[in-house]
Amino acid sequence: MTLRTRYLRDRTIEVALVLLTLLVVVPLFIIILYVIMNGFSALNFSFFTEELGSPARAMQGRPTGLMHSIIGTIVIDLVALVMAVPFGIATGIMMSEYQEHPFAPVARLMTSTLNGMPAVLMGLLAYALVVKNTGGFSALAGSVALAFVMVPIIARTTESVLRVTPWNLREAGLSLGLPRWKVTTALVLPAARAGVVTGILIAFARAAGEAAPLLLTSFGNNYLSFNLTQPMDTLPQRLYSLAISPYKQWHAMGWGGAIILLLFVMVTFFVGRLVIRKLEKESHA
Amino acid sequence: MTDIAVRSGPPSGAGLQLNTGRLTAARYRAPGDRAFKTVVVALSSAVILLAIAMAVVIYLEAAPTFRAFGYLSFLSETTWDPVAAVHGALPFILGTLLTSFSALALAVIPALGVAIFSSEYAAPPLAALINYTVDLLAAIPSVVIGLWGIFNFAPQMRDAVYMPIYLWALEEAEWMLPIIGAPSTYNFVTATLILALMIVPYTVALSRDAIGQVPREQREAAWALGATRWEVLRKAVLPYARTGIIAGILLSLARALGETMAVAMLIGNRNRLPFTLFGPAATMPSVIINEFREAVEPLHYSSIMAVGFYLFFVTIGINLLASWVQQKLSLSKGAV
Repeated sequence: MTLRTRYLRDRTIEVALVLLTLLVVVPLFIIILYVIMNGFSALNFSFFTEELGSPARAMQGRPTGLMHSIIGTIVIDLVALVMAVPFGIATGIMMSEYQEHPFAPVARLMTSTLNGMPAVLMGLLAYALVVKNTGGFSALAGSVALAFVMVPIIARTTESVLRVTPWNLREAGLSLGLPRWKVTTALVLPAARAGVVTGILIAFARAAGEAAPLLLTSFGNNYLSFNLTQPMDTLPQRLYSLAISPYKQWHAMGWGGAIILLLFVMVTFFVGRLVIRKLEKESHA
Repeated sequence: MTDIAVRSGPPSGAGLQLNTGRLTAARYRAPGDRAFKTVVVALSSAVILLAIAMAVVIYLEAAPTFRAFGYLSFLSETTWDPVAAVHGALPFILGTLLTSFSALALAVIPALGVAIFSSEYAAPPLAALINYTVDLLAAIPSVVIGLWGIFNFAPQMRDAVYMPIYLWALEEAEWMLPIIGAPSTYNFVTATLILALMIVPYTVALSRDAIGQVPREQREAAWALGATRWEVLRKAVLPYARTGIIAGILLSLARALGETMAVAMLIGNRNRLPFTLFGPAATMPSVIINEFREAVEPLHYSSIMAVGFYLFFVTIGINLLASWVQQKLSLSKGAV
């Protein structure tokens, strides 16, 4: 093979790679563009202050909105977070700080298994455990399902972050005569604080975008509700219902909901990402 | 999602078992230590139990279906008709496998292209921009992509692609008709294309990690022999990263198998075989989402749970296969 053909082949490959990259990147911009274009025109004041109500309300042009879905998302996700954080962090600590414990490898296997599970199965499990035993769809069941989604993510990021905190820190603490739990809670966790919080943020963002488990557990509600034992509305599940509904006005509201959900999820996700990048740089240095 | 790579650890795997002196041993039996450890063990056992509960509970909920139809005939029955109380999972299993493997086939080459371009060809700022964009794609909630698909992608594809092909086949190639079927807005091809788009970011991120693990020296040696960029890639980088890339592809496949909302919104929900390319179909997650809320009959309910049970096993199988491949990678590292 002559040098010329080798260079020619190199060039051809480069062009092909650029084209493939465009093929992946362009649809993304199309999606974002459509959501932004259709979403902003659907947003107005009543979108944030009114409940959805019956379809007739939208058809007659009376003010309706997704205020109840936005509030419901916040309530259900926060309750889920409160439930998931202790379990997630404890499992992370188990996998990183108690590596000699017989449960540590089991916990690692189970965490990665759960991490790979489709969220819809978390919904089925929460339905069988909570909805069936309490006698009806409820916001609480939704929170349980989302907590199932969050726990393995928090556990895994906590483990990774704890493991990259310098080993000297633990040795220093132990050599000063600190008991092991003090080393973990007073030295290792504070040093890894930013990373642990990031893991929680990422888990929160991931769960906030999940519709499947909520459709099977918190069900949805056209009106505002703060009762955890009753069905409650959430944005992702409402988006699905609006999109498959036969009403034009509801479709427009779906775009409005999509832009709110997209902004919410992406901002959370990227704040988390930035912190992780920063941590990675620090641990390289 | 990129995790922080595990770098440091206890020196030579010694762990924290410093039971050398009486003093330290006594320290570790301190009440605070015991209490803390108990809490950690209790909370993490709950997580272990959760994974086991998932298999057990879903199995128990599905038991009536397995009793009524048997494990294998539930798998091979081609009809799913809740009204007639006949439940077979074959349409959904085939639907899941066909959409996932087709989507994977579509996604792998572009995804590898992006990963190679951003890690080997692009200047650092451009590479950062590409990585950022691809991560953005992974962050978009599935239901938002489904919404775009319903209102935008699917109708446009029907008018611009499916209808012309169908009309052409009607005149010129009648033998194709049984394969492509009459075009409906929400169909197999639409769902597969969206699915491919949705797994690309995972394949990209995982192959990028695999390529990133190739040592610098490997590349420099090839450069020093006068290789072009493509030859460096082809001969030095890709063979080294191969196992990692394969594991990444398997994990992306697991993603595709479980992808729920966008597929459920775009596949059109047809519960019996045969499926056609431009006609509606169904997958395991899509039937769970679309029928669960209407499942009042106990047998219907338990059959949906049974579909979930099989989905659990397919996913776990692919995940275990991926981690086995990855393990092979770490074992062969010294040898390569």
